[in-house]
Amino acid sequence: MNLWTVIANANDITVWQSLYRIVSLQDYNTRVVLLGTGLLGTLAGLVGSFALLRKRALLGDALSHATLPGIALAFLLANAWGFHEKSLGILLVGAAISGILGTVTILLIRRYTRLYEDTAMGIVLSVFFGLGVVLLGLVQQTPGGNAAGLETFIYGRAASISQADVQLIAVVGLVAAALVSLGFKELTLLCFDETYAATRGYRVWLLDLSLMTLMVLVTIVGLQSVGLILMIALLVIPPAAARFWTDRLPVMVFLAMVFGATSCLLGAIASGLYPRLPSGAMMVLAAAGCFGVSLLFGYRRGIVWDFAQQLQYRFRTDRQHLLRALFEQLEIRDRDDSEKFATTTDIPESDLLAMRSWSSTQLRRSAWHAAQAGLVVASPPNQWRLTISGYHAARKLVHDHRLLELYLIRHADIAPSRVDQDADAIEHWLEPAMIAELEAEMSSTISQQKLPASPHPVVPTITPGDDALRNRNNHGQH
Amino acid sequence: MSNTQSLPLAVSDLTVAYHRKPVLWDIEFTVPSGELVGIVGPNGAGKSTLIKAVMDLLPRSSGRIEVFGEPFRRQRHRVGYVPQRESVDWDFPVTALDVVAMGLYRQIGWLRRVRAEHHQRALQAMDRVGIADFAHRQISQLSGGQQQRTFLARALVQDADLYLMDEPFAAVDAATERAIVEVLREMKRAGKTVLVVHHDLQTVAEYFDSVLLLNLRVVAYGPTAQVFHNENLQKTYGGRLTLLDEAAEAMRRRGQSR
Repeated sequence: MNLWTVIANANDITVWQSLYRIVSLQDYNTRVVLLGTGLLGTLAGLVGSFALLRKRALLGDALSHATLPGIALAFLLANAWGFHEKSLGILLVGAAISGILGTVTILLIRRYTRLYEDTAMGIVLSVFFGLGVVLLGLVQQTPGGNAAGLETFIYGRAASISQADVQLIAVVGLVAAALVSLGFKELTLLCFDETYAATRGYRVWLLDLSLMTLMVLVTIVGLQSVGLILMIALLVIPPAAARFWTDRLPVMVFLAMVFGATSCLLGAIASGLYPRLPSGAMMVLAAAGCFGVSLLFGYRRGIVWDFAQQLQYRFRTDRQHLLRALFEQLEIRDRDDSEKFATTTDIPESDLLAMRSWSSTQLRRSAWHAAQAGLVVASPPNQWRLTISGYHAARKLVHDHRLLELYLIRHADIAPSRVDQDADAIEHWLEPAMIAELEAEMSSTISQQKLPASPHPVVPTITPGDDALRNRNNHGQH
Repeated sequence: MSNTQSLPLAVSDLTVAYHRKPVLWDIEFTVPSGELVGIVGPNGAGKSTLIKAVMDLLPRSSGRIEVFGEPFRRQRHRVGYVPQRESVDWDFPVTALDVVAMGLYRQIGWLRRVRAEHHQRALQAMDRVGIADFAHRQISQLSGGQQQRTFLARALVQDADLYLMDEPFAAVDAATERAIVEVLREMKRAGKTVLVVHHDLQTVAEYFDSVLLLNLRVVAYGPTAQVFHNENLQKTYGGRLTLLDEAAEAMRRRGQSR
């Protein structure tokens, strides 16, 4: 997202040209970088999903920070022993060893002291990182140390990815895919209920070790392009974003992989356009974009979805109130309950307003919605009448409402004067199966064809001003 | 002695300690086949610790535990465990059916998927506890009682011979309580042995054949009619006045029902 605003502001044709150059994969180097980062993002999404569900995400953060002293030490040792000091393999091995050391330290502190895990993580993360910074200072003073570019491990530089790195990422990816497909069920069980897993004979430490190994591997191969400070973001944000879209674990893992890959690709493209922008940070911002969209628009758990659900429920409730009010007003005028009478009689707004405490704006809005749905017809000025389908819908609503009222009076011992509100609070939630149950329950007291009479006066006798009081009494009763 | 004739559970000289402070002290008891045993005691008496220790989930300072005459690890396939409902995160992205199928993972084995036959068996277990209709709901959309029954179904699907349940009746609705009691009786008829950590003294006499009164050590153990009386309850609950009142009330009711 950030990328696009940069491009828009740049107002520079060469940006478009270089963007085209990148996405059309013209350069060999671009292909390598995009392939590498894309694979990395996919991998991070896969492993991160389980890390997140195992609630080990922050352990990944401590782990990646703890790699720094290993990188610097490996460089110093390689230098002293006369190896080619820029050999990436040696540095990554150093990173892995000190990362694991840091993690083990956390686990040991938790096991043998009474400190909590977050305390242990705080200590290890900062101490290892501090040590790394000190060692990096030493590296700067060694001959050739300045040019070694070890700082890229801190912030990450996607452009430095070589073909060998892509191969490394691909190998790690294969290992991860193999481990996860071997034990998808088992990892799920571990994350959900480790105690139960232990009673069934799974070695929880072994499963945890596999997961930790995967986290170490992903972190190590991600150091170069994402950097150790921000690696955690790639493990956490894509799965967290994916969770907004689904309640199924396999779907969540798949989405996390897609989001991870997308974020990495966008970040790499952005830093390809503007080499001064650190790629790791751009990837994190892109991931944050994915997260923001998911948070808002995620199907089922997103904020907008949630809001839409509430709104829909309110519309439905309002419409049911309107239909019931119309029907009960018709009942006052014609006790025979005939379809012909109902669909030819206009009800003025003033009569409807007396039925319950609602404003005329509210009433008109729900009337407009009901008219859209073909349930009522407006006949000016300010009168409405039911259509044929509206009549049948309203009759059913009134029927269910009265059934529920009678049920409540008989079984819940609620006074007839109060039962209207209590039934109203429940009835919008009733599913067809529950209504059927209700009908079976009450079949002895009511006839099938005729509508049961209302157990209370249809038009409330109290003025709208008393409504607050009525509500309070009603609540007190629950 | 063959396994089928061995006692479902024999615990001797069991001591468990956290940070060198004993939480279970010299526990000794045996459970005969086909018994429904209630484990009763105040908070912190070590009830959950006891059943966790039986399943080797906790290191023990001393003691021997035999399940059907052998160490637990050899007989774990014959043991079903129903943990406390609060022990897991119910927002986890799985359905109730997925959770119940977890009881079959050992049989299914690594690398293989949960197949239709397994789903079928999981559904049958869910049907026994009356939650088959909610099989495809995400677990956070279940009520507390339905979640508890999901855990029970997960243990049932294993078709074990010895069941260990940790507070299955804690904070459940009446329908769930009835369903669990019905399953317990079914189990007894099928010759299964069940140990239940229980907190509601009012229902102990009604639900269980025998009762283990626990407070760090075994205060009393035997047929409910013989050991579940005021004196033992006082010993178990010590000076806790409110609980004593509760216990006295339970005794009074039991006296009335005879």
